[in-house]
Amino acid sequence: MAAAIPLSLLVLLLLGPGGWCLAEHPRDSLREELVITPLPSGDVAATFQFRTRWDSELQREGGLSVLLKADRLFHTSYHSQAVHIRPVCRNARCTSISWELRQTLSVVFDAFITGQGKKDWSLFRMFSRTLTEPCPLASESRVYVDITNYNQDNETLEVHPSPTTTYQDVILGTRKTYAIYDLLDSAMINNSRNLNIQLKWKRPPENEAPPVPFLHAQRYVSGYGLQKGELSTLLYNTHPYRAFPVLLLDTVPWYLRLYVHTLTITSKGKENKPSYIHYQPAQDRLQPHLLEMLIQLPANSVTKVSIQFERALLKWTEYTPDPNHGFYVSPSVLSALVPSMVAAKPVDWEESPLFNSLFPVSDGSNYFVRLYTEPLLVNLPTPDFSMPYNVICLTCTVVAVCYGSFYNLLTRTFHIEEPRTGGLAKRLANLIRRARGVPLL
Amino acid sequence: MTSDSCGPSSRLYLAAPDQLGLLSSGCGATCLPPGRCTAGPTLLGAAPSGLPNPLTSCRLHQHRPPSSRPLLWARAPSALDMRAGASVSGTGSAGERGSPGLTGAACGHRGGDWRRERVRRWERVRSRAALPRHGPPVGPGSPARARPPRAAPQRAAVVRTGLGEAGTRGPWTRAAGGPMRGPHRGPGPLQLLAPLRLLAPFRSCPLEALRISGPGLALGSGVPMQDSGFSVLSYVAGIAWFLALVFPPLTQRTYMSENAMGSTMVEEQFAGGDRARAFARDFAAHRKKSGALPVAWLERTMRSVGLEVYTQSFSRKLPFPDETHERYVLGEWGVPGPRKHLEGGMVSGTNVYGILRAPRAASTESLVLTVPCGSDSTNSQAVGLLLALAAHFRGQIYWAKDIIFLVTEHDLLGTEAWLEAYHDVNVTGMQSSPLQGRAGAIQAAVALELSSDVVTSLDVAVEGLNGQLPNLDLLNLFQTFCQKGGLLCTLQGKLQPQDWTSLDGPLQGLQTLLLMVLRQASGRPHGSHGLFLRYRVEALTLRGINSFRQYKYDLVAVGKALEGMFRKLNHLLERLHQSFFLYLLPGLSRFVSIGLYMPAVGFLLLVLGLKALELWMQLHEAGMGLEEPGGAPGPSVPLPPSQGVGLASLVAPLLISQAMGLALYVLPVLGQHVATQHFPVAEAEAVVLTLLAIYAAGLALPHNTHRVVSTQAPDRGWMALKLVALIYLALQLGCIALTNFSLGFLLATSMVPAAALAKPHGPRTLYAALLVLTSPAAMLLGSLFLWRELQEAPLSLAEGWQLFLAALAQGVLEHHTYGALLFPLLSLGLYPCWLLFWNVLFWK
Repeated sequence: MAAAIPLSLLVLLLLGPGGWCLAEHPRDSLREELVITPLPSGDVAATFQFRTRWDSELQREGGLSVLLKADRLFHTSYHSQAVHIRPVCRNARCTSISWELRQTLSVVFDAFITGQGKKDWSLFRMFSRTLTEPCPLASESRVYVDITNYNQDNETLEVHPSPTTTYQDVILGTRKTYAIYDLLDSAMINNSRNLNIQLKWKRPPENEAPPVPFLHAQRYVSGYGLQKGELSTLLYNTHPYRAFPVLLLDTVPWYLRLYVHTLTITSKGKENKPSYIHYQPAQDRLQPHLLEMLIQLPANSVTKVSIQFERALLKWTEYTPDPNHGFYVSPSVLSALVPSMVAAKPVDWEESPLFNSLFPVSDGSNYFVRLYTEPLLVNLPTPDFSMPYNVICLTCTVVAVCYGSFYNLLTRTFHIEEPRTGGLAKRLANLIRRARGVPLL
Repeated sequence: MTSDSCGPSSRLYLAAPDQLGLLSSGCGATCLPPGRCTAGPTLLGAAPSGLPNPLTSCRLHQHRPPSSRPLLWARAPSALDMRAGASVSGTGSAGERGSPGLTGAACGHRGGDWRRERVRRWERVRSRAALPRHGPPVGPGSPARARPPRAAPQRAAVVRTGLGEAGTRGPWTRAAGGPMRGPHRGPGPLQLLAPLRLLAPFRSCPLEALRISGPGLALGSGVPMQDSGFSVLSYVAGIAWFLALVFPPLTQRTYMSENAMGSTMVEEQFAGGDRARAFARDFAAHRKKSGALPVAWLERTMRSVGLEVYTQSFSRKLPFPDETHERYVLGEWGVPGPRKHLEGGMVSGTNVYGILRAPRAASTESLVLTVPCGSDSTNSQAVGLLLALAAHFRGQIYWAKDIIFLVTEHDLLGTEAWLEAYHDVNVTGMQSSPLQGRAGAIQAAVALELSSDVVTSLDVAVEGLNGQLPNLDLLNLFQTFCQKGGLLCTLQGKLQPQDWTSLDGPLQGLQTLLLMVLRQASGRPHGSHGLFLRYRVEALTLRGINSFRQYKYDLVAVGKALEGMFRKLNHLLERLHQSFFLYLLPGLSRFVSIGLYMPAVGFLLLVLGLKALELWMQLHEAGMGLEEPGGAPGPSVPLPPSQGVGLASLVAPLLISQAMGLALYVLPVLGQHVATQHFPVAEAEAVVLTLLAIYAAGLALPHNTHRVVSTQAPDRGWMALKLVALIYLALQLGCIALTNFSLGFLLATSMVPAAALAKPHGPRTLYAALLVLTSPAAMLLGSLFLWRELQEAPLSLAEGWQLFLAALAQGVLEHHTYGALLFPLLSLGLYPCWLLFWNVLFWK
């Protein structure tokens, strides 16, 4: 819990000592679970979730939190932490409430680094820890392992120790099977004083590209040079026969001046007309472009959404301290109701495992997905920032030179001398004087 | 004598205003002895005849009232001139103060002495310049040239302020021009003029006197611009400057500018030498089996080391097939190039690339390690090392940027296809499948070419497409790890001189520098890194060389150097931008920055500028001569408009030579099928031979154009043409030198002398030979010989010719496949320009 405690402390400080000192310490308020899911790419995702009433003790020892060891958790491809706090009713009539704290930690272990090139994994290999005892405070402490491909006849993978119970659910439109290890079940740990769940692939699924989800997307900047470019987003619908609409939301910084007339959407070589477009142009230094479109993705297709832009010149104080790094363009956001393979039934939130709350289901036939594409890095025309120095030097020199001569001229008084004054005598005299080298008259 | 003897009609009419600056030194002095003021024609003939050509443009027109010629400006002898003249000769009369017209006063004031002195000075100038004269015919009654005594004092030649008749002198003049102490003796300091000019409105002087003062300042009094010695000097200075670039004051030590790569050290842990060799063996075996890039094996292996693997197939129709004529397709200037998979000029292949995703990063930046695989080239060790490095890198957690491991088929064609697909552009008409996986903006790339398990040295190539260079910091990075790992590193295949203080080091550096200049000038990508540069991806190619040296390094040493480079590139916060993008390298640890090498080409282009200026002056003089031909007093002949003749005669040669250039650019590739049908040649041969034929046909151009051109004014015609050609050439060379210094410098070195000398008089055959020898094609041939000479692999003539043909074919091919600009540049820009000079030479 090393990583999560500072966060929860912070939240405590923010909320103040309002609700949590009133209540007693119901023992059943802490639920903890760990969901381990092998990913298509071969990596392993582990999601911890601790749900507790606010008024329970934060400090826990034992249980799943022994696995949370920072040096292993940061040795991963991805991790995300979240804290949710919400009021929950204490009784049916909701006469009093208590605060529910939910902490989640999702980690994706790189199978290559942890598994030495194999897809097999075990708790010890991932966390360098094993589970030894349940949390004494927990009312529920479970480990779920995704063993969807596993059954006794199929020889693809093997879980050790073999699960006593399994749980089936529809997650993201597909039916999943989970093996459940309940730490509160005394037989589970007492056998060997520790629990090291292992999964072995008997026939490793090599040589085949990992299965892809129904909806995924990719975004990139195309073109070269510092004047123009194109933002392209590729939307993949890999569903074999269902088309579905996608809401695409793009916010593009103002310094990429979008040419909306160049917006093209093509799928399967044909133009795809979006059924809804909302465009709010950018204002320089005030607001970014906002482009929102509802696009129908045909079944089994790639849709390319592209729009050209021109790179603006910024004022030289507007550049970041590392202007040659480039400027980030935020990801597109895709929201879609993706058709399910399997109809899901409504879930009873209290009874089902905690991770179900991560996958909200709107109705049985499809599920909601929000995807964020990768952010982009765009290089703007960047001046050489040593130039101001040169300009200052040059300007100073020019000003000094000009000033000197102008000042010289302006502060003198000039007299106009008529050239033809004096008669012949004077001219003669001057001639003689000139011959003698004496100043003229 | 007083002004009355000459009167207002004796004003001196001089050159057009824009010329005055140049002419003032001569014109200011052309004053007539008062007694001759009315003698007009005879004297007018006399004065120019004694003058050098460029100076004669200050003609004296006595019989025109000033109002009839607003264009012509009067030039008064300056007060100081007069003073000088007075003090020297002592013959000045007292009339100047009261003279109504200043020139009259001058005329009256100065005696023949003054004039003689000027004439004598021009004599000197002329004898030095030895320029041909194209002045108008001298009047029949012109006397022999006056040869003043040599003992005449020199001061008048120096003193030239250009402003002010004697009457304007006064106390205020002295006040304004501080340095002028003794009004009688003081040489006319130039600093006097600025205040004087500003003061002009205060004075009630004749307008002309004021106007001439301005241009008089333009070039100052110094070396006479007309001196062709100056051109020679400038040319020699350019060459000398270039040669001096290798000496330590001009060449500097390289240093790491990028602080993200400079101070941090990394510890290389790569130890996968055996693995690399095993991969290489497997790869070679699979390639031998399949005969092409073993795509499936590569995919499998890359996936097994944990990369995200994608493939990309591409195909490209070459402008002309070159399989059967491999001698025309060369890899590295003479080494036979890769045999391409050709069916009717169609090349198709597949690239394989794997992406190592950086942990906890958003795939916004990436680095590329690429190995180009031709079907013939033995690059399997490089593939093995790439895979072993990928396996090693995959196990590390410090990556902040994705790393793309790219194996391309058909060498650069594959690289070009991949780069175009990655950036989703189509520059060269490549057909390729879209890329499935991307990894953000590519920050840097390293191309690797190894042909053996052990190397004796690593050679680094930086020259990219169209002479683009990567940021110098990338090279510094490579050099850092060469030194750290104790690797022997070479540049242009040359070892690095250690001692730069003696003469040996710089001389060795000069060889390297010349090799780099030749390579850069060729504009070809020397390695697949060259194509990355277009997309602003800093890249270089490392080549493992296995020679007969004793000490050899294995793949681990190379791998460690690469690992170090990638780890430091991984530290980058910004794109490489701190160091130089434009530089020349006399050695790995020495460089010459742009500020130091540009003067070399500047000096060379100055020659063109000087020649153009000189021609302009001559042209104007010729124009004047036309208007007032010979000795006939008064405008009895109807005058043509002064500009019309020159411009009209220029249109035809310009158009025809440009059309030749266009034909040279378009026809060879377009007409190859016609050629192959009618002649027993293959396409590649047809292209090259057509190229040569059109090129040679251009030499017949003068005979064609002469029928079109009016022969009204032969001299003016060729001068105007040469003037235009000079300016055209100077502009082109200037632009080229800015983008590709090496090409600009080489072209300038070869083309400038012949261009400056070309004229229809004198030893024409000599000029013609010189011009042919310095034509772009001849320069290419010469560069090839020089190249091989510097590489210590001299060519025989026959080999050189074969190589030349190959280089021609290669140039055309690379223009079409990669967008190299050398071919269009030469055919559309420099060849027509060169034809103009050829035209000038044979002007009738």
